[in-house]
Amino acid sequence: MMENIKKLAGCLRQLTCGGGDACPGNWRYLGVDLTHWDYVVALAGNPNTGKSSIFNALTGLRQHTGNWPGKTVIRAEGGFQYEHKRYKLIDLPGTYSLLSMSADEEIARDFILFGQPDCTIVMVDATCLERNLNLVLQILEMTGKAVIALNFMDEARRKNMDIDSRRLARDLGVPVVATVAKTGEGIRPLILEAVNIVTGAVKTQPHKVERSAALKQAIEELVPFIEKMCPGLPSADWIAVRLIEGDIGVREALLSGRLASWGEKKDLKEERKKGPRP
Amino acid sequence: MNEAGGIINHKEIIEHADHLRRSLQGASQEELAQAIYRDAENIFRRVVRQKGDRYGEWDRLLDRILTSPLTGLPIMVLLLAVILWITIIAANYPSQILAHALFGIENRAAILFEQWKAPWWLTGFLWHGVYRGLAWVVSVMLPPMAIFFPVFTILEDFGFLPRVAFNMDRLFQKCGAHGKQALTMGMGFGCNAAGVIAARIIDSPRERLIAILTNTFVPCNGRFPTLIMLANIFVAAAVPSVWASFAAAGAVVGVVGVGVIFTLIVSAVLSRTILKGEPSSFVLELPPYRRPNILRVLYTSIIDRTIFVLYRAVIMAVPAGGVIWLLGNIYVAGESLTSWMAGALQPLGQALGLDGVIILAYIIAIPANEIVVPVILMAYTRAGMMIEVEGLSELRHLLVGEYHWSLLTAVCLMLFSLLHNPCSTTILTIWKETRSVKWTALGALMPLGVAVGVTFIVAQTARALGWG
Repeated sequence: MMENIKKLAGCLRQLTCGGGDACPGNWRYLGVDLTHWDYVVALAGNPNTGKSSIFNALTGLRQHTGNWPGKTVIRAEGGFQYEHKRYKLIDLPGTYSLLSMSADEEIARDFILFGQPDCTIVMVDATCLERNLNLVLQILEMTGKAVIALNFMDEARRKNMDIDSRRLARDLGVPVVATVAKTGEGIRPLILEAVNIVTGAVKTQPHKVERSAALKQAIEELVPFIEKMCPGLPSADWIAVRLIEGDIGVREALLSGRLASWGEKKDLKEERKKGPRP
Repeated sequence: MNEAGGIINHKEIIEHADHLRRSLQGASQEELAQAIYRDAENIFRRVVRQKGDRYGEWDRLLDRILTSPLTGLPIMVLLLAVILWITIIAANYPSQILAHALFGIENRAAILFEQWKAPWWLTGFLWHGVYRGLAWVVSVMLPPMAIFFPVFTILEDFGFLPRVAFNMDRLFQKCGAHGKQALTMGMGFGCNAAGVIAARIIDSPRERLIAILTNTFVPCNGRFPTLIMLANIFVAAAVPSVWASFAAAGAVVGVVGVGVIFTLIVSAVLSRTILKGEPSSFVLELPPYRRPNILRVLYTSIIDRTIFVLYRAVIMAVPAGGVIWLLGNIYVAGESLTSWMAGALQPLGQALGLDGVIILAYIIAIPANEIVVPVILMAYTRAGMMIEVEGLSELRHLLVGEYHWSLLTAVCLMLFSLLHNPCSTTILTIWKETRSVKWTALGALMPLGVAVGVTFIVAQTARALGWG
């Protein structure tokens, strides 16, 4: 009986929330069924940029949404299937940066760093782009496998803002998709871009923050040490910058061995991917 | 210093990094912090062109009114009162229709069972026990929830909650607590367990604990219908009918206000005793006002909240109905178990302005606050003679006439419902969040102590003054 109610609720939600028909063909909600996923996609971004709305639209789940920052405090996980590949989607807590020590920022940062998502969708509030870009640039320093979702484009238009999304994509070196999460507009192209990143069909050239020659040299000097300790870690540059800046959280990660054990985690991930398909 | 080829340990890398930082010149030092912001600003300038005014006049005006020190708080209170008033006015009629229909089914089914010569205990257990509990839950809780939740969700989607937090910030600061605690309270209106988890948005462990321990003073989904129903039956009936709905709405607002006051008092006490410290500063973003997506609001509030709460209430009410029926029909030394237990609890209940059955109901309803009133009613109708209850006015007659409820009973019950210990789910969540038996115990027992203390004082004072 509860199953039927849930099914009915699922149909209703597709009708009312627009997620379902915004999704491309060959699509299936997996909800909380997270067995045997092929790829991991993370949703990051500032608070109140519509991450949970997108998450719900993609997975058919019902995370709490509402117009206030700080709703998502735990890492929500859900799944969807697209063209016979199973995706695990992680809704990260909204943060303004990944640099300080608060619990939600640590969750978001650790996931992008250690969870090594196959693609990170960064939700951006188009109406306050400058502040949002700080986080985008921080994430791009950590991973190039990213897509920017330029959300609230309708509001930006209402606020008389003219946003050149192609220019933004060029400057950031990663795909940018304009979306209106609450109506489902743009979700389809967003997913297609994310899939392109995941499969490697699109190669990105993520923007790297410009730094002085002296600083660059210092980073270059430190990177080999980090790479030696955690071979294959794609964000060694970022860790070098953070260590030189004296980031306590990264120091901690290094001292506690979390950074060093990264390689083992990667193996674990490979293994799970190979697990039998249903 | 080692070369990259040799064996390295973590400490050496950090020392190396520290060394590099010290060797950087002043300009580069500054650059470390500024580089990202500078790049972000440059990209922003290239990408965004502002044509004309950025803020709508409307938004600015609204914010000036809603967050002004003068008008912010009164408007907040007024809005809550209006929502509750709408709920009370509109819920009355459907409640009666539902009660009429559902209890009609009970009677007809019982007669049918008799005709089929089913054993009396089966009819009793199934229809007068389990089904009646279910019928109560649906008829008294569904209509108010189906009206209250959508309206509340519209406010939430509109962007009102952060403004509430903004208005409350000064008060929380004075109490040594974090302004974001108001947001966790907003979550608590939905579910206290969710409110406890939401306290993660507070970074300082001290302030987080305060938010966790006091969250239960916000009435959750499960308790709101109880409060609304009690206000409807007792407070509304105590005043001339013209004022009835206003009085009922005012009473619920008053109860919520009492909850907020206790949140502040307890926060202040905690931050001056076992959780000493200064309130930390923070940045609270006031998001733009957004037009709520009505269909989505209806969907989330009806399916996710109303049906969810109702479902939880029903699955808890079914076993509770069974337990109540058994307690009422197992006789020991000539008295039913209900009578024994209620009798033993009577002195305590009496002292708190309640009675033994109500205390018994609270004990049975620890897993879910939703079923307190249904359990009370089931216990009454089981313990005494069978009474037909159709609609709220008859319910009032039953409680006042047969069980001597007064306005004081209703007020004490509302206060107890507001302040008492959190439900078992919330207690479990407190433990998960704090991983500490001490804080979990405090989170469960402190509110219980407050509830007992407050109702005791109210009851004794009222009686001393000759009311109730």
